[in-house]
Amino acid sequence: MKYKAFLIKYAEIGTKGKNRYVFEDVLCRQIKEHVAALGEFVIRREYGRIFLEAESDYDYEDVIAELKKVFGIVGICPVVVEERAEYEAIKQKSVAFMKECYGEKSLTFKVNARRSDKSFPMKSMEINSEIGHELLENLPNLTVDVHHPDVILNIEVRKQVYLYSATIKGAGGLPVGTNGKAMLLLSGGIDSPVAGYMISKRGVELEAVYFNAPPYTSERAKQKVVDLARIVSGFSGMIRLHIVNFTDIQLAIYEKCPHEELTIIMRRYMMKIAEILAEKNKCQALITGESIGQVASQTMHSLACTNEVCRMPVFRPCIGMDKQEIVDISEMIDTYETSILPYEDCCTIFVAKHPVTKPVLEIIKRSEEKLSDVIEELMEKALESVEVVEARAEDLMK
Amino acid sequence: MEVYFDNAATTKIIPEVREIMLETMEEEYGNPSSMHLKGVGAEKYLRRSRNIISKELKCEPKEIIFTSGGTEANNLALIGSAVANKRTGNHIITTKIEHASVYNPILHLEGLGFCVTFLEVDQNGKVNLEHLKESLSEDTILVSTMAVNNEIGTVEPIEEIAGIIKNYNKNIIYHVDAVQAFGKRVIYPKRIGVDALSMSGHKIHGPKGSGALFVDSRVKIAPILYGGGQERRMRSGTENTTAIAGMGKAVEVMYDRLEENIKKMNAVKQTLIAGATEIEGVTDNSGESSHIASLSFAGVRSEVLLHALEEKGIYVSAGAACSSNHPDVSGVLKAIGLDKDLLESTLRFSFCENNTIEEAEYTVKMLKELLPVLRRFTRK
Repeated sequence: MKYKAFLIKYAEIGTKGKNRYVFEDVLCRQIKEHVAALGEFVIRREYGRIFLEAESDYDYEDVIAELKKVFGIVGICPVVVEERAEYEAIKQKSVAFMKECYGEKSLTFKVNARRSDKSFPMKSMEINSEIGHELLENLPNLTVDVHHPDVILNIEVRKQVYLYSATIKGAGGLPVGTNGKAMLLLSGGIDSPVAGYMISKRGVELEAVYFNAPPYTSERAKQKVVDLARIVSGFSGMIRLHIVNFTDIQLAIYEKCPHEELTIIMRRYMMKIAEILAEKNKCQALITGESIGQVASQTMHSLACTNEVCRMPVFRPCIGMDKQEIVDISEMIDTYETSILPYEDCCTIFVAKHPVTKPVLEIIKRSEEKLSDVIEELMEKALESVEVVEARAEDLMK
Repeated sequence: MEVYFDNAATTKIIPEVREIMLETMEEEYGNPSSMHLKGVGAEKYLRRSRNIISKELKCEPKEIIFTSGGTEANNLALIGSAVANKRTGNHIITTKIEHASVYNPILHLEGLGFCVTFLEVDQNGKVNLEHLKESLSEDTILVSTMAVNNEIGTVEPIEEIAGIIKNYNKNIIYHVDAVQAFGKRVIYPKRIGVDALSMSGHKIHGPKGSGALFVDSRVKIAPILYGGGQERRMRSGTENTTAIAGMGKAVEVMYDRLEENIKKMNAVKQTLIAGATEIEGVTDNSGESSHIASLSFAGVRSEVLLHALEEKGIYVSAGAACSSNHPDVSGVLKAIGLDKDLLESTLRFSFCENNTIEEAEYTVKMLKELLPVLRRFTRK
């Protein structure tokens, strides 16, 4: 059966009072952008509902896959359109449609008709009972339950007749662009892309920063991070990825500071640089993939130590998750396979055998004083040489 | 300056090769099996390439089977001869320093029930001939060794190996993986007792996806691909005329200038080795082959030095494909007994006749510049 349109269901937007139309606007814009390359579509909005209607041929699976990436959508109902607003035609289409959706399954159902075209000779209640009767006759495994049905057949009578029933689960969350912008610290690992996804899901636009350390890290490691940003951008929209050359700062820390404090000091400078870039690019927060206790630099003491350099809020959506829970999400959003490619990143190249796990802020600060004569200049140089890549999902296939 | 010192990985296609490939794409695009003129036109390219290769190997044209490359040639030789001769015996001999495209098919055969002996090599990477003599048995059906080692450039004594095998039992099949030797040395397999020999096109300025296996007409091997029965039933599938034509042309050009090429590559190699080993903590592991130099750099990880050289426009290979997470240290470097600390500090520089002395000198200069800096910063 051919689906001519999709009813887009959204939930939380409905609770936002007077801002509601703003959210709807953004959601419609997001939907349009996501399906733009897949055919000709128009969006029709009415009574708090959004219909996406196809005006050209399109690939059904592709469109569903794309709609499932739009934050703010909780459900997608494929809609079948009957051109003739006549009872006989509606009847036949309804039976065929329900057969295709549910086959021989034993389910309870009800019919929910709406008549926006009041010239149609039957009232909604009449349509409900007549069509219900037809379905009972033709699909012997269906039974009626008007209070708690397993499935509902919706029939909307306009100039044409819209039929829809099954709902495909959407990504949920809020449409991207309704909740400001944040700077994601993106490494090549499993956690940071997941963190970006999770924050973006709440309607937040993303920018990202990657710390490159050539020649200790390779062009392939950088390419991997660009690819990760591209995959996440399939949900969040285009991500501007800021690539910072971190080598000289790292080498200065290596030469001047205690080795077991290298990682923690390094991370403090990463946060500082990320915050400067975030401010420059009008972001309101930072995002990291940290999770308590996962590695030495993510113990509670270490997190407190790195957090201390930031004025901006730092969001860590993976903070209370186990590794496997993070992996599960990365598999769902398709970043896992890329994340596990074995290229060295700048956090591992000089890592000490026994890094501090309970750093004391005062001691760390004293160690950092040893950098005081060079660090300003190195930071400036690193910031000047930032390379910006616009990561877009469609470039993954190029 | 851009210096491509990774010619053992792959090479740039030369204009003559490109030209003939274009001809087969734009004009003689027919299927060589078609009965009409377009088929005949395409078939000519196959015949020509086959003739060129058989002339250089001094074998019969019909003894050349075109494949998709060195890997397929090795697979066909090993799996094909083991399967065809399993009634005679089930023992296979190879070495500890083979390329993955020999090593892995042999592991596959081991999994199917064949017994395998892996021969030791000496500190230069040469096969231990005594070990070979001890290992030969009534059950031995196949011996496989390389002609030139791909990581350090050792030239294996294939003529002596063939002599030992044939002296023991002339029915044992001797396969040589000559991917790093073909087009760079003279080899006449039939005259020295080699029964099968693998070749690749893209290591000698031909296209990727081209390769061939020589199989002596007296030797029985079974195909590994079944279908339309092309290549005398040994390799089904429409012949890749474009790749085969390109490979033939590359072979012609390379053997035409062989002696000159060897001299040129040797000069580059010697300049690099002499210059680099002047630097403290640099040692040479290279074999005799003119196109491969293997150098170890104490106190520097090969991956880091590789990327540092890359920043200077110099492209080389790590002696071992390794990363911090999955150290996969080279079997060859281990087998020749290289100091443990140097296993992850070794690079391969590999040349073609278009490399110059200046490039080698530039590389030495860059090494002198980079090594002291990189040695200051190491993992502790």
